[in-house]
Amino acid sequence: MLHFLINRLMLLVPVFFGVTLVAFGFIRVLPGDPVEVLAGERGVSPEKHAEILAQLGFDKPLWQQYFSYLGDILQGDLGVSIITNRPVIEEFFELFPATVELATCAIIFALIIGIPAGIIAATKRGTWVDQGIMGLSLTGYSMPIFWWGLLLIILFSNTLGWTPVSGRLSFIFEVDHVTGFMLIDTLLSDEQGSFWSALHHLILPSVVLGTIPLAVIARQTRSAMLEVLSEDYVRTARAKGLSPFRVIAIHALRNALITVVTVIGLQVALLLAGAILTETIFGWPGIGKWIIFSVFSRDYYAVQGGLLLIAVCVMIVNLIVDLLYGFINPRILQQRNKT
Amino acid sequence: MPLLEIVNLTVDFATANGSFRAVDSIDLSIDEREIVAIVGESGSGKSVAMLALMGLLPWTATVSADCIRFDGQDLLGMNDKQRRKIIGKDISMIFQEPMTSLNPCFTIGYQLTEVLCQHFGGRRRSYNNRAVELLQQVGIPAAETRLNAYPHQLSGGMCQRVMIAMMIACQPKLLIADEPTTALDVTIQAQILELLVELQQNNNMALVLITHDMAVVAETAERVVVLYAGWQVEQRSALDLFSNPRHPYTEALLNALPERAQGKLLNAIPGVVPGQLDRPKGCIFNPRCCYVQDLCRQQIPERQEGVLCHYPLELDLKPSRSSQDMVTDS
Repeated sequence: MLHFLINRLMLLVPVFFGVTLVAFGFIRVLPGDPVEVLAGERGVSPEKHAEILAQLGFDKPLWQQYFSYLGDILQGDLGVSIITNRPVIEEFFELFPATVELATCAIIFALIIGIPAGIIAATKRGTWVDQGIMGLSLTGYSMPIFWWGLLLIILFSNTLGWTPVSGRLSFIFEVDHVTGFMLIDTLLSDEQGSFWSALHHLILPSVVLGTIPLAVIARQTRSAMLEVLSEDYVRTARAKGLSPFRVIAIHALRNALITVVTVIGLQVALLLAGAILTETIFGWPGIGKWIIFSVFSRDYYAVQGGLLLIAVCVMIVNLIVDLLYGFINPRILQQRNKT
Repeated sequence: MPLLEIVNLTVDFATANGSFRAVDSIDLSIDEREIVAIVGESGSGKSVAMLALMGLLPWTATVSADCIRFDGQDLLGMNDKQRRKIIGKDISMIFQEPMTSLNPCFTIGYQLTEVLCQHFGGRRRSYNNRAVELLQQVGIPAAETRLNAYPHQLSGGMCQRVMIAMMIACQPKLLIADEPTTALDVTIQAQILELLVELQQNNNMALVLITHDMAVVAETAERVVVLYAGWQVEQRSALDLFSNPRHPYTEALLNALPERAQGKLLNAIPGVVPGQLDRPKGCIFNPRCCYVQDLCRQQIPERQEGVLCHYPLELDLKPSRSSQDMVTDS
């Protein structure tokens, strides 16, 4: 197990350097530079422009810039935002909990509905229930997030007035930032009803962000279950006289979970990407919005640092998924130990 | 009263090309402590008939019968819940592929004790001793340590022993073994068969052996049911069947045994079992039968004295030898 873990961590090293290169290159490919953006329509004289660029160190050859950036990263320094003059790491981790909270709620929503829906579709294969669930999931999968978000806002916020339109908490509450997770912070504070308000604000964004993962999880659960349900050991379980619930929820689902867990790992990357749109629609103060803003202002260090940290998160989640396989199916653990 | 009585069992599968009859009006009765063999080529409906009894067929199958009685209870009139109290407890079944028939995600101990909890209630841990006892009974060494093993850590023969332990755990009155040795080495095959017969005698079970190995039948079975393409063509005592086969198919099957080959070639039956789209008119065996007459091509035969044939082979009135000799003679 330890051997496997070390192996996987070693593999992450080249991926990490690849990500730094992509993040570094990506923002520099875009036309314009931070100075131009800062100057705006008034413009700036070529001499002044060159001077500021030199101050920021952007006049050096690209490879020099890259290696000095890499050197900083290895010392744990992601640089300082050109716009706000604050360390990128500080800005990132101030906003990150909001995104994590949203993404977690979205994935929980997707799992709670997606897995049972997939199981039901598989056990009722070929019936209208199956076709209905699969049709809905295809619709969900093809739904443009921004449009879906607006539709839900029109229905639930405007027409029905059930949920707030944007933000994380009503203005009437004042809650100290302890963890950065609003649900936890509101529970810790003694403001009456603030937890419900935070929960209320989370519902629509979670549903919108969770829709695509939900559709993917439902479809994958269905196909994994269909495969597992025709396995010999499921027949054995039924031959023991076990109830259909036990056969499906214990014997079949455990085997089908391998596929589902893989999908969840892959969806996390998509969730963070999808968060950019969702956060913009709902005015959610997370890293998605922050990165968009940084890209528009050509804030090189913020974009590089933000992308890098998000990539590291995705790598960690996928590492956890790999480790989970072994707990779900001990056979995989054994095959790994052999290699 | 027989332990199990099946009258006119028919199984249809819904397929893309319409319905397909895999089992066609089979009658079967099994007494307590009896060993019955069901033989036939692949695709003759042996497993399907028994899976239908267990209620383990996929949803595309439709099962109908005039009567299925087990131990005085009517299985046909039961709902699924009532049937599940009998399945795995009084009737149990072991399958062809031991390696895939055990769940890879759970320990042997879990899978063994689970069936005991299901039928007798209580906590799983309280059955650990019983599980060890069962594993010892089926000849698994170091049984205590095996409880925590996963199926992939055992060999095929060991897995089949675990399957057997699991299925005799509730001391069933009837054990159905669906080609239990097909996937195993020849040396292990004999051990598993020996084990099954030994358990049958010690536990006073009836045993249904589904197989296409005539040598196995001759060694163990008291009565033989021969199936062909879902038809039950012959049903007789093993001794009679081996000395005096009355259906041409049975005779052809016996003649195909390597022990009975004359010269260098085996006596094969020409052709294959008909599938869904090439079923012949009249007797289903007529295209491959060497005694075929016009009547056979026109009309479906009636069952007479357990033989489904227009022209059953004549009884050979020579003094009969034991069935075992018939097979092992060359």
